[in-house]
Amino acid sequence: MTKLIIELTINGKKKKVETTPSTRLLDLIRDDLHLTGTKEGCGKGECGACTVIMNGELVASCLVLAPQADGAVITTIEGVGDDKGLDPVQEAFIESGAIQCGFCTPGMILAAKKMLEENLHPTEEEIKRGISGNLCRCTGYQKIFDAIRLAADRLSSRDGGRGEEDA
Amino acid sequence: MKFSEVNKPVKRVDAYEKVTGKAKFGADLFFPNMLYGKALHSKYPHAQIIKINTEKALTYPGVKAIITAEDIPNNKFGVIIQNQQVLAQEEVLYIGDGIAVVAAETKEAASEAIKLIEVEYKELPGIFDPEEAAKKDAPLIHSELEDNQVVHHRVRKGDVEKAFTQAEVILEREYTTQFVEHSYIEPEAIIAVPYEHNSLVTIYGSIQNPFSCRNAVANVLKVPLNKVRIIQNHMGGSFGGKDEVISSMAARAAVLALKTNQPVKMVNTREESILESYKRHPYKMKYKVGATKEGKLVAMEIKCIADSGAYACQTPFVTWRSVVQATGPYELPSVKTDTYGYYTNNIYTGAMRGYGSPQIVFAQESLMDELADELKMTPLELRLKNIYHNNSITASGQKLDNHQVSLEEVIAKAVKASNYIEKYIEYNKSQLGDKKRGIGMAVSFRGCSLGAEATDAAGAIVAIQRDGSILISSGLAENGEGLKTVFSQIAAEELGVDIKRINYMEVDTSVSPESGATVASRSTLLGGNAVKNAAQQIKRTITEMIADKFKVKSGDLVLRNENIYNKNNNQKIMSFDDAVDLANKLGVFLSAYGWYKAPDISWDEETGQGRPYFTYVYGCQIAEVEVDTATGQIEVLKMVAAHDVGRAINPVTLKGQIYGGIMMALGYGIMEEVEIASGYIKNTNFDEYLIPTIKDMPEIIPIIVENPDPHGPYGAKSIGEPTLELGAPAIANAVAQATGRRIRHLPLNLERVLLGHSLSKGGTKNDIL
Ligand code: FES
Ligand code: FES
Repeated sequence: MTKLIIELTINGKKKKVETTPSTRLLDLIRDDLHLTGTKEGCGKGECGACTVIMNGELVASCLVLAPQADGAVITTIEGVGDDKGLDPVQEAFIESGAIQCGFCTPGMILAAKKMLEENLHPTEEEIKRGISGNLCRCTGYQKIFDAIRLAADRLSSRDGGRGEEDA
Repeated sequence: MKFSEVNKPVKRVDAYEKVTGKAKFGADLFFPNMLYGKALHSKYPHAQIIKINTEKALTYPGVKAIITAEDIPNNKFGVIIQNQQVLAQEEVLYIGDGIAVVAAETKEAASEAIKLIEVEYKELPGIFDPEEAAKKDAPLIHSELEDNQVVHHRVRKGDVEKAFTQAEVILEREYTTQFVEHSYIEPEAIIAVPYEHNSLVTIYGSIQNPFSCRNAVANVLKVPLNKVRIIQNHMGGSFGGKDEVISSMAARAAVLALKTNQPVKMVNTREESILESYKRHPYKMKYKVGATKEGKLVAMEIKCIADSGAYACQTPFVTWRSVVQATGPYELPSVKTDTYGYYTNNIYTGAMRGYGSPQIVFAQESLMDELADELKMTPLELRLKNIYHNNSITASGQKLDNHQVSLEEVIAKAVKASNYIEKYIEYNKSQLGDKKRGIGMAVSFRGCSLGAEATDAAGAIVAIQRDGSILISSGLAENGEGLKTVFSQIAAEELGVDIKRINYMEVDTSVSPESGATVASRSTLLGGNAVKNAAQQIKRTITEMIADKFKVKSGDLVLRNENIYNKNNNQKIMSFDDAVDLANKLGVFLSAYGWYKAPDISWDEETGQGRPYFTYVYGCQIAEVEVDTATGQIEVLKMVAAHDVGRAINPVTLKGQIYGGIMMALGYGIMEEVEIASGYIKNTNFDEYLIPTIKDMPEIIPIIVENPDPHGPYGAKSIGEPTLELGAPAIANAVAQATGRRIRHLPLNLERVLLGHSLSKGGTKNDIL
């Protein structure tokens, strides 16, 4: 099989990986880089468990081929939060009890983070739209919704108190 | 009663690792030298296997081994009846039956190699309808059996025939339900590692019931239980679904691991998962009910037929729960119930959250609404006239006298929170436009734990370490519902320490006490009592040790706030840490093995009389819907769920269970159906098998009712399953009110609702109501 080498920046680190043209980004992340926080639930772009942020966009990594990620900047769940502490979205998930089995959690957190980066004051509809591509079978979504609301409120008050408007 | 750790919203003990992506699930484990396994599945739902040729596949680069049924020491397994094939031997009995499994150095090689396996089949006619399977001259699915019946359970109370002659109103209705996929987001994953430590084979993965998996693997390999070690990892959901399908996967991987002497990892794709994993049973249910004009029920006759698919799996126990609960929580002098399971060549069916109740609750609660219509009463009135109270006698002849029968309370609370009475009247008036609203209720009683299905006991080890940190190990597996947290809270409560001291170990079958399965929402009750028992033993050891040394009575000592006090003068004697130090010095052993056996129960298989469960929980859910009668679209606007849980050990995880159960019920009610045509499965991924997304989420109001049960730890009972069994019938009743047409088949999908529209044009709604 043809091999090729791609370079990407993942969670702030530059990596060179040998791969094949037909390898999915998801497999590259999980099997080659052993970043197993990114999950596979359907392999078809339907569940959102494999969500990562690539070049600023949310993508289903099961639908991206490795060569398409050449030169890309990617954030996976392992790149959220740092040594000093958790990201506010992660904190909110814990505090709101938004986690049951946790399999959808990495994808949910990335989707929520991306949404809040673009919009600190999401309406109910916007929150729902933001994670409508992520399936969760355990929580019934309510507490995930609550967690995002909480994170939004906290982030926007840090942002100068503008979060009060629609809180 | 005041608690320091239980009855509080404590954060999940495993939350940190789950939000950071550090939590390891089955597929996340890698071992040196690991091979990848892949199964070849059948091409037909029913066929004879003439020949399997693996030669070509074996030569594919990277392929290390291929196994077929010939290589399996003992090819049949099962928890109740051992007739499930690890790999198909002479015949394939359903479309997901495995034929061969390849182990190769890469996933790609394994996938390519299975395509090169040549199988010669002789296709056989199949049976795809359990009623066909029930016929006298039906061909046999399992040739070693006399007929296709898996099981038949009965309940006989009073003289039903005579009672019907006295009834003033009689209604006969038929209801049916569909095949449903568990849809845990994590597909099945297993890794079998040969000769690790002192075990023949160690198995890691998404295993719901480590002990039943161990039984199956040891049986298949024909080795003693102590040679097989199962270590449970984080599980990405299960809902009853990661049992037999995982046992079979584990057995296959174990055989390959031993054959190649290398670790073998198997991970299903979503398609493979839907194709081979068992489903919730579809039921056909015939109900006949008799009542007086005043609405007092006098008799019920019920016949339920469950499609067991190719294997027995858990059908005998699932249909048993159905037979016990089939009438619903209504006083009835005369009852005759029969539940049956039959083999077919459909995909096999087994445990799924609810376990034989979602089907019958759908039927019985739809029936109550239909009867209320007939009697020109409101659904609420009819229920209140007939529900169980303290000391009621059930269809099984059991007197409900050992716990609070709280139906009236849960109904009252749900009715109030949903404004049921006003809305019911409002939505009965004619509504303008295509969008019509309705409100519907459903109530149930549910036996806790396994009941007479199996011996019901659980164990736990609580071990205090030298530095005062604490390990808990129990045989009950965390399935994502928050059991680790709840058990840690219970131990902390008993020992009077902070929950942070506690670490809850993954289940390891070579260490943890065998505790039966995490099924039937039994974990809090059984496992919780076992943890409590172990912690109490340690507490006794500590207080006796101190009493001895300080010349006080051990009964005067209490453990609280990380200290030991004399309760007479509230004086602190020493800290918990000092007590642990003292024990270290004196050589006092601070570990204990706790055990809890459920109270005695009884059951007469001929008459269905006895005490099938030692206690029950009660719930009421009310759904408010809007139906677009032009498109058939149903929107669930609001769900109110009132559940008596005994005691809420952790209100946060409890509400999580309610939200999750309601959404799963919503899927069951209006969206989900595994479409099977002549044994072939049509929808094998989430693009076609639709489950609820956040956009389907209604407003949900959970109401926790607490009537502590004498048997539960701190009075706690169960919640996991009751939340699921009420949603679909509540929605169905609401849709019936909105559209004026009763749909007696789940799911209530667009076509069924639309058909209702075309037939009910011209204002039939008001005629019916
Ligand atoms: S695995 Fe990529 S969307 Fe489901
Ligand atoms: S928490 Fe289990 S799938 Fe979301």
